[in-house]
Amino acid sequence: MRCRKLRMTVTNSFNRTSKERDAVVSAGPMLAADGTPLKKSLARALRVQKMRALLLIAPLLVFVLISFIAPIVDMLFRSVENQIVSDILPETVMALETWDGSGDQPPAEMAFEALYLDLFFATEKKLHTRLGSRLNYEITGAASLFRKTGRRIGRFGTDVLTSQIVAQSPELANVAAWQELMGDTETRSALPLTARTWDRWTEYLIQEGDDVATTPLEDIHFAALYFDLRDGVFATNARLPALDITNYETVRFRDEFASADDGWLDVEFWRTVQTYSPRYTPGYFLNAVDLKKDYDGIQPRPESQQIYVTLFGRTLSMSLVITLACLLLGYPVSWLLANLPARTANLLLILVLLPFWTSLLVRTSAWKVMLQQQGVVNDTLVWLGFVDDASRLIMMNNQTGTIIAMTHILLPFMILPLYSVMKTIPPSYVRAAKSLGATNWTAFWRVYFPQSVPGIGAGSILVFILAIGYYITPEIVGGTSGIFISNRIAYHISSSLNWGLAAALGTILLVAVLVLYWVYDRVVGIDNVKLGG
Amino acid sequence: MPTLERHERPNIAFYVPLIAATGAVLGLLVGNAQGTPLLGLLGGLLLLAALATISTLSGGQEKYWRWGIILLFVIGGVALGRVVGGIAGLAFGIFFAWFIFWLAKRRYRSKLPTYLTSGQVLWFYTFRIIVGAILVFLITPILVVLPLSFNAEDFFTFTPEMLRFDPEGYSLKHYRDFFHNPDWQQALRNSVLIAPVATLLSVGFGTLAAIGLSQPYVPFRQAIMAILISPMIVPLIISAAGMYFFYSRIGLQGTYFGVVLAHAALGIPFVIITVTATLVGFDRSLTRAAANLGANPVTTFLRIQMPLILPGVISGGLFAFITSFDEVVVVLFVGSASQQTLPWQMFTGLREQISPTILAVATILVVISILLLATVEMLRRRSERLRGISPT
Repeated sequence: MRCRKLRMTVTNSFNRTSKERDAVVSAGPMLAADGTPLKKSLARALRVQKMRALLLIAPLLVFVLISFIAPIVDMLFRSVENQIVSDILPETVMALETWDGSGDQPPAEMAFEALYLDLFFATEKKLHTRLGSRLNYEITGAASLFRKTGRRIGRFGTDVLTSQIVAQSPELANVAAWQELMGDTETRSALPLTARTWDRWTEYLIQEGDDVATTPLEDIHFAALYFDLRDGVFATNARLPALDITNYETVRFRDEFASADDGWLDVEFWRTVQTYSPRYTPGYFLNAVDLKKDYDGIQPRPESQQIYVTLFGRTLSMSLVITLACLLLGYPVSWLLANLPARTANLLLILVLLPFWTSLLVRTSAWKVMLQQQGVVNDTLVWLGFVDDASRLIMMNNQTGTIIAMTHILLPFMILPLYSVMKTIPPSYVRAAKSLGATNWTAFWRVYFPQSVPGIGAGSILVFILAIGYYITPEIVGGTSGIFISNRIAYHISSSLNWGLAAALGTILLVAVLVLYWVYDRVVGIDNVKLGG
Repeated sequence: MPTLERHERPNIAFYVPLIAATGAVLGLLVGNAQGTPLLGLLGGLLLLAALATISTLSGGQEKYWRWGIILLFVIGGVALGRVVGGIAGLAFGIFFAWFIFWLAKRRYRSKLPTYLTSGQVLWFYTFRIIVGAILVFLITPILVVLPLSFNAEDFFTFTPEMLRFDPEGYSLKHYRDFFHNPDWQQALRNSVLIAPVATLLSVGFGTLAAIGLSQPYVPFRQAIMAILISPMIVPLIISAAGMYFFYSRIGLQGTYFGVVLAHAALGIPFVIITVTATLVGFDRSLTRAAANLGANPVTTFLRIQMPLILPGVISGGLFAFITSFDEVVVVLFVGSASQQTLPWQMFTGLREQISPTILAVATILVVISILLLATVEMLRRRSERLRGISPT
């Protein structure tokens, strides 16, 4: 409506006599019918139009942002996230802050005491195995260390502390006394470790749906209280019953841990915990390029664990081979398609489009059927007598299988862009070159080929982008030597559960693809993406 | 106008050795299969040399010679290898009956410009043979799957019975298995439940957004386009990983809704691309005319714009449908066992190699994709006709 009114106003102003128009111009800015300056109402009309366009796009944009972009961002986040150590071992991380790991001694008793408290909660929440497997990515043996000690933690000799404290002040055996004690701010600030432990305890119970008042007390509270009393600059507090701990029989937590598993005395383990205590870590990315961060800085991983650089290299080189194979096979086909009469070309195009439209799994299963040792290709060769029955060719579960199958699967993605570019090259150019004396080869190489380069660029980048992210085909026909980085990502998500590493590998792959995509946009333009002819 | 025609004596020195060489290669193949490669080579060489010479020089009617050659090969084939041999013999017979006269009578030049040199003619045909081989490479895997799906045995390869064209060797048991096995039926049901809903979501949102995107003034058009197209660019394994992490955070992992959401996101770029492509040729004066005649925006959209862009919307929808229907990577991660779709079932089957029922399913999927391909092609032509671009 506004538009129409505006246009009428403009028309009106042009219908005026020149004198009137001069008057309008001299009177200031041109006005619309409602008296606002024309420039302003034009801007408003434009704004309305923009708003309408945005409103139409908004639902989809929100949808894609939630269902697709958020997951990708989440993945990027997970590739650096490392909250598990500081979440599960908060006291230990704090105790280790001041530890100097350059020596050959494990940290002092305090760290083991903190570890006891942390590990108690981790075991209660059944998180110790998860933390163990997280640390196991960095130092082997951590998983079994946590698993074994998790079973033993309840049998540490901590009841000595409990019974001594309860003997001195029997009311501390009651939960109610503790609740009252821990409700008092002054006491809390006097006994920080006890307070933190109590809070973790109540939080855990609430989470489990248990009632704090009826759940029996654990040794950890008494242990924490003992540590506080021992270390604290302890001002006498009226609420806390007088406790004299000087003659207590103590518990050597270091020895308790050592008797559970002497891995706890390993300096390397403690260094690893210290290195991975921050909430964000480059550790996964380092792991993804076969490096690791330990106390001495960033170093290469041991030879036997270096697989990712090789795997990235293999993914790239095999994608390159596949792209070249596609180009080699696709170029002649596209040339013929572009130079045949339209009717024949359309018929032949069906042969290209049919595989393009066929389910990926159908084609992959077809290749499995063809390539396996008892498969169609081997059977034919044996039947023809070229290959001995005993020495059938191994074309599957290795790189050959992946390359053959993926070349077939990606070939249409090369042919279609090449074909659409070649169709626009006038045949008269080559004829002109020949009539000017060029040989067949010169006419092709100097005249035709340069004009087909945009198609080669488009097709090659497209095939390459698709190839480096492939998962299904290498998984089925690739065996162990023909797999790509994607298969490793999938393995880490579903089998080894090292999600951080999977996310880091995925992020590297994503960056590679986005760079290629940017190049593709430069060469071809996003808007020129066409689908199947 | 009298045409200039070259009447030449057939050039025996050229074509007889060529045909004989072809015969030698064929003889070598047949001989090799029988265990006597040298005998086959010599036999093929002599037989074809003799046939080529006699048939072209004797002066008899070409037609009779052709039938004679075909008959000879069929008899020879049956003698050597029963039914299969007979069929192979028929194929070779037809080939040689044509090939001998094609070479001898210089028919290979009849469709080419007369000024081409022999080398150019040779290259012309060599090139076609190469391209033919590549096209065979493209289509063979699909063609191999079709007959194998009728295998009576549980093998992934042709059995001797199948090669003898023995009816015993063929059966529909894998198709029966597909229709009776609860696992496959559940997978089919899941696929049919997931794909259409995902398609509806992507088409609904996608069409609206495509219309918005093709307005003349859209702020941040490039950025928005990049975001909307991104599900097509990002490798599936990365989308799958991200969705797995994120959806398990918000409790959608392993739910029907989660899979639908993921598949809809993957299908959106296809809808956007096809619908915006249709809208490029859309004549805006039509909507203006409708508005001028008093139609409100909704009526204009439903009665004017929608019918015109419908082909684009439908083919975008088909792309989205096939994306969801074929998708396996994302559903593997985002779905749980109760969302197992057909491709998923095929994938596990292929990894563990359980049954050739996969091939029956594959055949059914090929048929579906042929139907879809035909539909999309038809719609594309119709859309071009509607927009006044004549189909080439």
